[in-house]
Amino acid sequence: MTTTEEHRTEEHPREQRKSKISRVVVRFAGDSGDGMQLTGDRFTASSALFGNDLSTFPDFPAEIRAPSGTLAGVSAFQVQIADLDVTTPGDVPNVLVAMNPAALKANVGVLEKGATLVVNADAFDERSLAKAGYGSNPLSDGSLAAFTVYEVPMTSITQEVCKDAGVKPRDAERSKNFFALGLVSWLYTRPVEPTIDWIEKRFADKPLVLEANARAFRAGYHFGETAELFEASYEVGPAQFPPGEYTQISGNQALAWGLIAASKLSGLPLFLGSYPITPASDILHELSRRKEFGVRTFQAEDEIAGIGSAIGAAFGGSLGVTTTSGPGVDLKSEAIGLAVNLELPLVVVDVQRGGPSTGLPTKAEQADLLHAMYGRHGEAPVPIVAARTPSHCFDAAIEAVRIAVKYRTPVLLLSDGYLANGAEPWRLPDVDLLEPIDPAFATAPNHVDADGTPVFWPYLRDPETLARPWAPPGIPGLEHRVGGLEKADGSGSVSYDPANHERMVRLRAAKIDGIARDIPPVEVDDEAGDAELLVLGWGSTYGAIVAAVRRARARGHRVAHAHLVHLHPFPENLGEVLARYRRVLVPEMNLGQLSRLVRAEYLVDARSLSKVQGVPFRAREIEAAIDAELGGPA
Amino acid sequence: MTTTAVPATTRKDWASDQEVRWCPGCGDYSILAAVQMLLPELGVRRENTVFLSGIGCAARFPYYMSTYGMHSIHGRAPAIATGLATTRPDLDVWVVTGDGDALSIGGNHLIHALRRNVRMTILMFNNQIYGLTKGQYSPTSELAKVTKSTPFGSLDTPFNPVSLALGAEASFVARTHDMDRQHMQEMFRRAHEHEGAAFVEIYQNCNVFNDAAFEKITGREARSAMLVPLVHGEPIRFGKELEKGVVQRPDGRLEVVDVADVGEDALLVHDEEREDPGLAFALSRLSRGPYEPTPIGVFRAVRRPEYGASMAEQLADAQERRGVGDLKALLRSGATWTVG
Ligand SMILES: Cc1ncc(C[n+]2csc(CCOP(=O)(O)OP(=O)(O)O)c2C)c(N)n1
Ligand code: SF4
Ligand SMILES: [Mg+2]
Repeated sequence: MTTTEEHRTEEHPREQRKSKISRVVVRFAGDSGDGMQLTGDRFTASSALFGNDLSTFPDFPAEIRAPSGTLAGVSAFQVQIADLDVTTPGDVPNVLVAMNPAALKANVGVLEKGATLVVNADAFDERSLAKAGYGSNPLSDGSLAAFTVYEVPMTSITQEVCKDAGVKPRDAERSKNFFALGLVSWLYTRPVEPTIDWIEKRFADKPLVLEANARAFRAGYHFGETAELFEASYEVGPAQFPPGEYTQISGNQALAWGLIAASKLSGLPLFLGSYPITPASDILHELSRRKEFGVRTFQAEDEIAGIGSAIGAAFGGSLGVTTTSGPGVDLKSEAIGLAVNLELPLVVVDVQRGGPSTGLPTKAEQADLLHAMYGRHGEAPVPIVAARTPSHCFDAAIEAVRIAVKYRTPVLLLSDGYLANGAEPWRLPDVDLLEPIDPAFATAPNHVDADGTPVFWPYLRDPETLARPWAPPGIPGLEHRVGGLEKADGSGSVSYDPANHERMVRLRAAKIDGIARDIPPVEVDDEAGDAELLVLGWGSTYGAIVAAVRRARARGHRVAHAHLVHLHPFPENLGEVLARYRRVLVPEMNLGQLSRLVRAEYLVDARSLSKVQGVPFRAREIEAAIDAELGGPA
Repeated sequence: MTTTAVPATTRKDWASDQEVRWCPGCGDYSILAAVQMLLPELGVRRENTVFLSGIGCAARFPYYMSTYGMHSIHGRAPAIATGLATTRPDLDVWVVTGDGDALSIGGNHLIHALRRNVRMTILMFNNQIYGLTKGQYSPTSELAKVTKSTPFGSLDTPFNPVSLALGAEASFVARTHDMDRQHMQEMFRRAHEHEGAAFVEIYQNCNVFNDAAFEKITGREARSAMLVPLVHGEPIRFGKELEKGVVQRPDGRLEVVDVADVGEDALLVHDEEREDPGLAFALSRLSRGPYEPTPIGVFRAVRRPEYGASMAEQLADAQERRGVGDLKALLRSGATWTVG
């Protein structure tokens, strides 16, 4: 087995109490009711404050409370923390914290020899073992011999320390995740205060819970210190970040903030029409909290009303946005087509999840690209923008708004479940330097009638952008009717004229194609300029591709990486870039949708690397594909 | 918005230059005329008036108005109107829809717009048929209706639009018909004045695919005996000599009676402002179809908070408590740390 940089840890030295390591991948796993997401989140937050670079991967079931103790009910949170730049949550955990047998069973398969296992020994009773499908107890049957196993009676210690605080054992049991957090915090030398502060704030109105959680957390921490069980603790030093102010951000939060920023930049009041759906709902939640920004959020009766209301708001001169996931995009298709015809600014956010149908609601996939591209009847082109990291969702949202407003068009903004819930440190942008967005509302008639009267023609286009004027109601003289019926070029009156229809179809297409002139060329990471293989990606595969390319290069391969933010239209230079490389590899969490688009558009032999398991690529999987393309390990 | 006096207009000022393309004799013409003739009286501005519609014959309406307008997609106009009305309280938002548009494909949007009480004036042209798609039965067609899609008669019980609207928590519900311009205008005026979602059902004749559907009650000769005008605060009576009336029986049932038999004092007095919609609902069930004495007028008009206004209040409240949103502060609302 090759030791790759992603999961390299140093030997566990016996005597030393603290050893420095460069990075570690920790995976917290437990029952859905065990609070593993919260535990992972807190570990991440204190690591971020400590100055580590990090990347997270929350991985949870669709059921809120799947049957407890079963494999189906296991919820996990993986985080990689490092003193250097990391781009993924890590291929393989170095440490697995398993709160019960099911959590162990569901995750032990991915561990490598020498990994550390911290288990809640109290949970390995016969009943729980049976529920997880264990015939014998893995803690004693030798099946974990390849790992360093720490058996810690987390439940009983937690109950013990909570006893004299007046917390009943049943209630104390719920705090065991804080014990685990305390223990892992000690193991990786995380500061205690941020977590205690957080517990105090979060549970301020529930003093007993506050007390139990704080005690459990401290007990976990002290257990590490005093229990002689562990040979050493580890220290992952702060990473070298460019100077600046940082915060930790998830994709959905960044996307919501990007929309608010775009509203400020354009001066357009933000209106969100949305229907709850995983994994997009948190954007609705976040925006609903921000009323002081003049954000109107409308929880509609369904996705069609979500987009319908956003179209109505856009007609009235607001920044209309609708957020959803795949099944919701299906429902919105007809209305997106209407917006194409109306030529009104609109942003449709698709936080992709596994499909078809309900599919894998909490898992990530990139299989809506062709739907975004073609999922409407008639010739109905829409620009597509895709975010590539959690923090990039901020920029991608602003870019989607910029295009929508400038070109008077619906824009599809693609994120996915992995970006939505994943978190990373984000260097805060200087908001004063963000480019303003000019709504350029129509203010006066733009045409003269045959009899010399000034009139307003709603479909008289800007010769350069081909965008039509945006004239929200309220201005005398600009009264006009729009609709889904075909319109006469210029005047916008209903027209069934055959030649006019073809002209309008071509004009709408040309308008969208023309956006290529207004977006940055795709950047290629190919330092030496001599790469034989280009890895072309889009969306959330970014981190895994970056890590894979780095490793392949470190082993002497000549590999380049380009990552598309604009998927429709493509950047103008893409064809020329593709032509520069002998081989093109396109990793995607679908059956090859981008590869199909670039093959059709540029006639290049772009090879698809597919993974549709609801989980992101591991860097090593892409690395192996690079090896295969370039003829074995360099 | 300008504060100058609203310029005087005439019907012509509200008509667009588009040729009206309904079938000759269609009831839609008289509704269009009623609206275009009423608007000059409402003291409203063309530039602040928006007509929104879905799809259907009725839904062509916005093209014929010289206001702002949108002819959208089938059934969705109330949803679109919700976005417009909540963001632009300065506008008059009218929704024109058909029985299929509003009650079939768009039923969900209609009931939710009504319960939310979003400020919009909904004119539902009920011709009990799908006109634009050439004559299939609609959700208001009578049971056993024979149409192209139901050659052996339709099997589904129709909706009563007024009952439906009342059940959907509508704060304003009225009914009128295309043969009486004055009554239409009175209903439209009332609906337009209403603070919230106002629903008006208009019996409309589709002379091509469902001719004379309402003839038995709206025909010139039939009207006085078959239409039961609802007048707020007045006993409910009708007939050429006002010889008929409506009473409520001890079990709650409404019944049509001869006034002479019961005496005037026994008649039910109409109260459109009653908080409890029960009586309005019972009135909406007085006739089983347009062949029995059928109430027209305002069934219900109650005050409820308007959705957009409540939303605006929440925003104003948040801005007052937290100050106008500051983007820099937003980005720093979580834990932050500084490098370098
Ligand atoms: C999504 C969709 N489904 C079906 C149609 C076809 N369609 C257009 S209008 C209509 C029915 C209209 O009936 P109604 O609302 O009663 O209007 P009317 O024509 O009677 O005024 C149908 C089914 C459509 N335009 N869009
Ligand atoms: S089909 Fe009926 S409703 Fe439609 S325009 Fe003709 S008469 Fe009017
Ligand atoms: Mg109809």
